[in-house]
Parts: sequence; structure tokens; C-alpha cells
Amino acid sequence: MTIIPTGSRSMSEVWTTRSGPEPVEQAEPEQPELAPEIVFEVRNLAVKYGSAVAVRDITLDIASNEITAVIGPSGCGKSTFIRCLNRMNDLVPGARVEGLVRYHGEDLYDPKVDPAQVRRRIGMVFQRPNPFPKSIYDNVAYGPRINKMRRNMDETVERALSQAALWDEVKDKLKRSALALSGGQQQRLCIARALAVQPDVLLMDEPCSALDPIATARIEDLMEELKRDYTIVIVTHNMQQAARVSDRTAFLTTEVDDSGRRSGRLVEFDRTATIFTHPSDPRTEGYITGRFG
Amino acid sequence: MSIDIAPPPTPEKLGEGRAPTGRTTDRVFRYVALGAGLLVFVILALIAWSTTKEAWPAFKFQGLSFVWSKTWDPAHMKFGALALIYGTVVSSVIALALGVPVSLGIALFVTEVAPDWVRRPVIYVVDLLATIPSVVYGLWGILVFAPAVQGFYQNVADFFSGVPVFGLLFSGNPVVGRSIMTAGVILAIMIVPIVTSIARVVFATVPSEQKEAAYGLGATRWEMIRGAVLPHSRSGVVAGVMIGLGRALGETIAVALVIGSSAQITARLFSSGDSMAAVIANQFGEAAGIHRSALIGLGVALFVLTLLVNVFARWIVSRSAHEVATGAVR
Repeated sequence: MTIIPTGSRSMSEVWTTRSGPEPVEQAEPEQPELAPEIVFEVRNLAVKYGSAVAVRDITLDIASNEITAVIGPSGCGKSTFIRCLNRMNDLVPGARVEGLVRYHGEDLYDPKVDPAQVRRRIGMVFQRPNPFPKSIYDNVAYGPRINKMRRNMDETVERALSQAALWDEVKDKLKRSALALSGGQQQRLCIARALAVQPDVLLMDEPCSALDPIATARIEDLMEELKRDYTIVIVTHNMQQAARVSDRTAFLTTEVDDSGRRSGRLVEFDRTATIFTHPSDPRTEGYITGRFG
Repeated sequence: MSIDIAPPPTPEKLGEGRAPTGRTTDRVFRYVALGAGLLVFVILALIAWSTTKEAWPAFKFQGLSFVWSKTWDPAHMKFGALALIYGTVVSSVIALALGVPVSLGIALFVTEVAPDWVRRPVIYVVDLLATIPSVVYGLWGILVFAPAVQGFYQNVADFFSGVPVFGLLFSGNPVVGRSIMTAGVILAIMIVPIVTSIARVVFATVPSEQKEAAYGLGATRWEMIRGAVLPHSRSGVVAGVMIGLGRALGETIAVALVIGSSAQITARLFSSGDSMAAVIANQFGEAAGIHRSALIGLGVALFVLTLLVNVFARWIVSRSAHEVATGAVR
């Protein structure tokens, strides 16, 4: 495991992919990129609980078929931020979302938008694996069932489990309880469950934080696969993970105002290679080189 | 670089040295706890033994027909409890059928739907229901509810007359206010607080991760409740329902007042009936000899019935827990 060293010498180590240490410059060549389709446009987003500001000043674009990582120290509002992208914060009593989130050009917070519909299109995987206390099959089938996608359920379940790289391990025990699976398998089951409703985006809120390194590696490989079909936003406190898997990285930090109240804000958002090699903000550099946070 | 380190003191043998003071306290605590645990069994055994002993003359006199015969006629020395067992069970089943859905509705409302300022008063009022003495429910039932509801029963009976099953259930011979149905309704009101508060606690223990998982898949609130809250609370809710059932089976004075005190086995729910606990309450004062002994025998039967219900409930709870753990679901 790489220990985060200090100074610029560290970058090649941090920027290690599992396929082998490649020079950074080759991994992300500097060339004019094709304008990717924008899935989310976030403008001046802030989330408040009563008078407390959890996170503010977030402005960024999330491009389709990319993995966007959100990193930052604990309490910087990473999770709060991605929960704005599928209106999960609606469920938190007292939470107010200000600013603009456009999803494929549509205002996500328009009063006419049905949050349940939003969450069907924008799936979510949580920090701790949270399968239902049901069979493996019923876990995956839950989403399609409530969304009236009852046709060819067996096929849907198999496809979702295959996409989540779990099919071979569970195909003979679909009727067994999901709770009998290992933590890593449970998390892949949760990914399968999210994929079964054929979403457009997958939000992952520290999906590997409860998993061992081997299970983590499997999930990371999986994300690389899923990127072809889905847009992925991942919150992680693990910088190497962000460096390994993501195309773009948003760095959030915690600020303490004069009255001692903490709130998170976006410091920098750029291509992951840039963030990890030539960050433009000293706070980003401080964080990724381990001097802070 | 050398540092002088004092050698560790020679360790005492574990058996030597002063006994730690905690050891005595621990021992005392252990015996007190054990004693408290055993006391339950002793009390239970004593109750079972002494009631059975007191009831024995009646059991001997009546034989097995104590539970098989439906004629309860102390004047002619006939002590068949079947009609009373029937009245107890049927009024309790009605209570569950009416009370449990309401209780679960209230519990879901306060845990999942109601905003904070509504939640507290609702919980308070429901808990208040539990503090009303059962004789007050009985008096209200006999003075207000039974007279008021008789006309309604008649309308319902007229409406369903001729319909299979319902036509029979919702009828009477004759239709009276003080009936099995009325006892069931009063019991339903009486079990709502306990079932609600257990269900509320059980629903509140559903991890928010489970709820978020459902919401995250595009579930509406009801779909979330069906997918996440109910499966997770099944065994706890069953336990709560069984406690409610236990309460309904044993309820005495309220039932004695409203059930109509006429022992009979009938599918017509708007007819009078009688229950074991109600008969004990109504007749114990003037009973003597075999009659008195038979009333205690009813107590034994009630005891056995509630015991069976509890064993059955535990079996259901453990089975559903087992289902969840092994995935032998549906």
C-alpha cells in the first residue's frame, strides 16, 4: 500500500494504476479533448441545515461516461454533495438545497420533477453494503418490480448480476439470503441492484470504505467496466482510489468561518491527472501530498 | 546505546495473592441474578400447580368434556367450557383483525410520515389510551357504544343478508348491541396502544441504510415501506401482535360487560357470547364447590391457551428470523 509521501516526488507513486506504474504524462496526454456530453451542470450549489451551511459554492460539470471523483477531508460535504445529484437530501429533515443542478439540461429541483423518477435514473451505491434481508434474486428484482419492469425478470437479474461481476459467484444460490454473502459480494450485489433498473448515472458514496483491499480492487475494476455504459460519480476519502479510477476529480475542503462554524466548499475541479500532478490551488496540493487532512 | 531496564517483578502465581474484591461482588451478583431468574419459574410453577389443584375436582367431575362440551350450566352441574373458549378466541381474533391494521397504520404514520410536531401529540394520545382502566372501557361499551351500534349492526346484517359467508358472519340471533362483535371492537381499542408502541419501536430500528437503499432505487414512500421497513420488522411486529393477543385473551371486565353473557357457539358475530375470563368475573362471587372449582379450571384453560399462543408466536418469530438469515424466503 502506498504511503502518501510529501513533495512532488510522490506523484508517480500516488498516480499508480494497477496495470503498472506508468508515467503520468502518458496516462493522460495533454491534447484538446472532444467536448463530452454534460450530464450534470452544477452551479453555485449549497446545502443548508437550518442556519448551518454543510457545503457551498460548488460549480462543476459532470461528463457522461466518465468517472468523476469527489475527494476531501472528513466533514467537507462530499457525501452531502453527491446526495444532491439524486435528491437524496430531500429525505433529510431540515435540509435545503440552493443553487442549480441541471441533469441533461433539466432543472433537477423543478417542483414538477418527481424525486422517485430522478432516483430511478440516477442510481446510488452507499458506504456500507445495504442489501435487503431478502434473497439475492429478490434484492436485484426489487427495483425492476417497483418500477413495473416485470418482463423477463430472470434475464434482467442475470444481466445486472453479470454487469456487477457477481453472476458466476451466485448463480447457483439466487434464492439464498443476500445477508449470507461476504461484504465485497454484498456491495457488488448492491451495485447489481442499482443497475437492474437501467439507470443512466451511478452515484457511489465511499463504496469501498467498508471493504478489504481485494474486494476494493474488484469494485474498482468493475467501475472501469461500467464506465462504458454509465456515468459514475464516486465519493472517496482514498486519494489513491481517486487517482486510480477517475477521469476528473473535485477537491472539497472544510472552511471554518469567524464564528467557528464549519462548512465545505469546492476548491478545485479538473482532470484527475492535473489535480494530482499540477494542482493550481495550494490547498489541493497540500491535501494530496498529505500535508493536510 | 544501553539503557538499564528494571527486571519485571517475579509474577505471583495466579492462584496466590489477595482475592480481588470484585470476585465477591461478582459472586453475589451472580446468585441474585440467578435467583431472580429462577423466581419466575417458581412463581409460574406455583400458579400452575395451585390452580390445577383447586380445579381438579371439576376436571374429575366433568372429565375431558370440560373442554369438549359446550354446555356451561352451573345450575344443572354442567361445566363444558368450549363455548367460552370459543367466545374468548373469536372476540380476540376480531380485536386483532380490527386493531392490528390500525396500530400498524398509526405506527407507520408516526415513524415514516408525520412531521415532528404531529408525531409527538399522536404518540401521547395513543399512549394515553393505555392508561384508561379497562372497567371504563367496559362501562363506555355498555352504556354508550353497545346501544348506539345496534342499529348499525342491523343495517350491516340487512345489507349482507343472503351473501355467502358474510351473510352468516354479519348477522345475529337476534342482532344485539352487547355481542361478540362489540367485545371484539372494545378489545381492539384496548390493544391498539401496546401494539402501536411496539410496532413504532420496531419500525424505528429499521436502519436508515435500508430505507435509503429503497429510495435510491426510485421507490415511493409506500414502496419503501413495503420493501425495506416491513420485511425488516416482520418478527418484531409478530411479537407485538402476540402481546396484543395475549392482552385480548385475558381481558376480563370490559369483555364481561359488553359480550352479552350468553355462552354459545355461533358464527353470527352480532349475537351474544361469553368468554372464559368474563364468566370467572361474573360467577366467582356466588360460586361454591364444583362450580367454584370449574371456574378455576377456566383459569387453567386460559393459562394454557395463552401459553400455546406464546409458544406459537415464538415459533413464528424464530422461523421468520431463520428465513431472513438463510434466505429461505418465499
